[in-house]
Amino acid sequence: MTKASGTILDGGSRPDGRGAGTEPRNSLAESAATEPMNLGLVRWIGFRTIVLREYQRIIRIWTQTILPSAVTQALYFAIFGSLLGSRVGPMGGFGYMQYIAPGLIMMAVNINSYSNVVSSFYGAKWGKHVEELLVSPLPSWLIVAGYVAGGLVRGLLVGIAVTGVSLLFTNLHVHHPLIILGAVLLTSVTFALGGFLNALFAKNFDQVNIIPVFVLTPLNYFGGVFYSVALLPHWARAISYFNPILYMINAFRYGFLGVSDVSVAAAFAIMAGAAVALFITAIMLMERGAGIRE
Amino acid sequence: MNALSVHALTKTYKNGVQALKGIDLEVEQGDFFALLGPNGAGKTTLIGIMTSLVTKTGGDVAVFGHDIDRELEAAKACIGVVPQELNFNMFESPETIVVNQAGFYGIPRAEARRRAQRYLKQLQLWDKRDKASRSLSGGMKRRLMIARALMHEPRLLILDEPTAGVDIEIRRSMWDFLQDINRRGTTIILTTHYLEEAETLCRNIAIIDGGRIVERDRMSSLLRRLHTETFVLNVSAPLAAAPRLEGYPVRLTDDHTLEVEVSKEQNLNDLFGRLSQLGVEVVSMRNKVNRLEEIFMRLVDKGAAA
Repeated sequence: MTKASGTILDGGSRPDGRGAGTEPRNSLAESAATEPMNLGLVRWIGFRTIVLREYQRIIRIWTQTILPSAVTQALYFAIFGSLLGSRVGPMGGFGYMQYIAPGLIMMAVNINSYSNVVSSFYGAKWGKHVEELLVSPLPSWLIVAGYVAGGLVRGLLVGIAVTGVSLLFTNLHVHHPLIILGAVLLTSVTFALGGFLNALFAKNFDQVNIIPVFVLTPLNYFGGVFYSVALLPHWARAISYFNPILYMINAFRYGFLGVSDVSVAAAFAIMAGAAVALFITAIMLMERGAGIRE
Repeated sequence: MNALSVHALTKTYKNGVQALKGIDLEVEQGDFFALLGPNGAGKTTLIGIMTSLVTKTGGDVAVFGHDIDRELEAAKACIGVVPQELNFNMFESPETIVVNQAGFYGIPRAEARRRAQRYLKQLQLWDKRDKASRSLSGGMKRRLMIARALMHEPRLLILDEPTAGVDIEIRRSMWDFLQDINRRGTTIILTTHYLEEAETLCRNIAIIDGGRIVERDRMSSLLRRLHTETFVLNVSAPLAAAPRLEGYPVRLTDDHTLEVEVSKEQNLNDLFGRLSQLGVEVVSMRNKVNRLEEIFMRLVDKGAAA
């Protein structure tokens, strides 16, 4: 190893100025003793850093985070929309492809929001680099919010990609843009929080995959992505109303098409209630150190 | 003001293991402090509680006057920690890791990039700043964790075996680097199994064993308490038996090597004079073990016997 001025091999910068660095004595160590910490600024920069790190991760592995959903969406449209859809006929007063497009977009958004947080936070636990955050002065609620915002970023990026694919197959009318925005944001946040809770409790990578595969995908499929619950027999329709994803998909669909199987107001109340309940639960568990502290 | 004040600290894990049994400890501001103990003594638990990675069962901890129960964020802002195990994202580059870490402490990105350049250069990692950190050597990974811990320029730096597995040249240069940081005002708490490292660097010392502090003193005072030292002497001519030296227990370990115990009241001139009278010529001499190691082993053995 070559000796270099100002490096560890010559002791770094020296207080007498003999080393490369002649910067003032331990600037922060001394100033921190007198200057009160600007908590608001620390938290804002900390939050932004978590979100930026998540964004960089999503972009770095875009073939795992964004591309699969776009490809899957194209396959759904090709098979269910073009091949089978033409035999199904109109639904809710719209062409089948047009009817299923909002549901497919919403399915991609909720699964990706969930998957992003569960894989990223569990990966940080597994690799122990979650400790970087745990030893920092950032409070638990802000760490949760940062990861949820990361899930939201992925949900929105995938949502945009999938919407782009949808437009190759069908036209999408915008009936009520604020409802579209509200539904996608609340759904993404709710699922990101679900992913966070899953990651807190997960003890191995199998437990990271169980919920998306065995819970979320069936709930999406039975949540009215491909059909209107009005087509179901009474008992099946009654069961469907216990599926929260039904409300998310229908609120989103209402934003595009102006039709819904459920009350849009009730859908928003359920989404907001779920998001708040999950956020509080996640913070309480973080404060207790569940799954992250001994 | 103390950099660290620990009072009646206890920790019992869910499995019933009592890792800390009432620790009282104070570390002065500006100190270079050694926290030593055998494996499982409670060192890492104690550090974990200071850094909030482990939840305490009882007692109080304050960092620069900030109680971790009441002012946790302020206390954590004062601490930089280099853990025993690697805990950075192996897929990220060193520069990304340290810049993000600064962000978690509220350092604006432009300033974080300046500090990243400074510390990665000082720790000889600047050339590797864009590489995936998993590709770094073991020593580089350790240095990356030091650079990361320094990014928010903490007032208290906690180093949990920072030189484990690092080659001797890098280890000694890390010592210089840490001494320099300490001279510039940062309080350092060091745990290590290299007792030479603690003896060289630290002014004060605590030895923890079985969840209790069994010794707390200035390093110089502790070393003065060593009553006997064992010296290894290499002699020029082969010996058939250990020479008889009254007052000095002597062992012949091989035909060219003697081990002699010398007490604090005796002196080496007297020893060499007597060896010379017996015609034994000494060509070199060294301590059998590091002085601190000798004290450490006695204290820990005493604890085990009790």
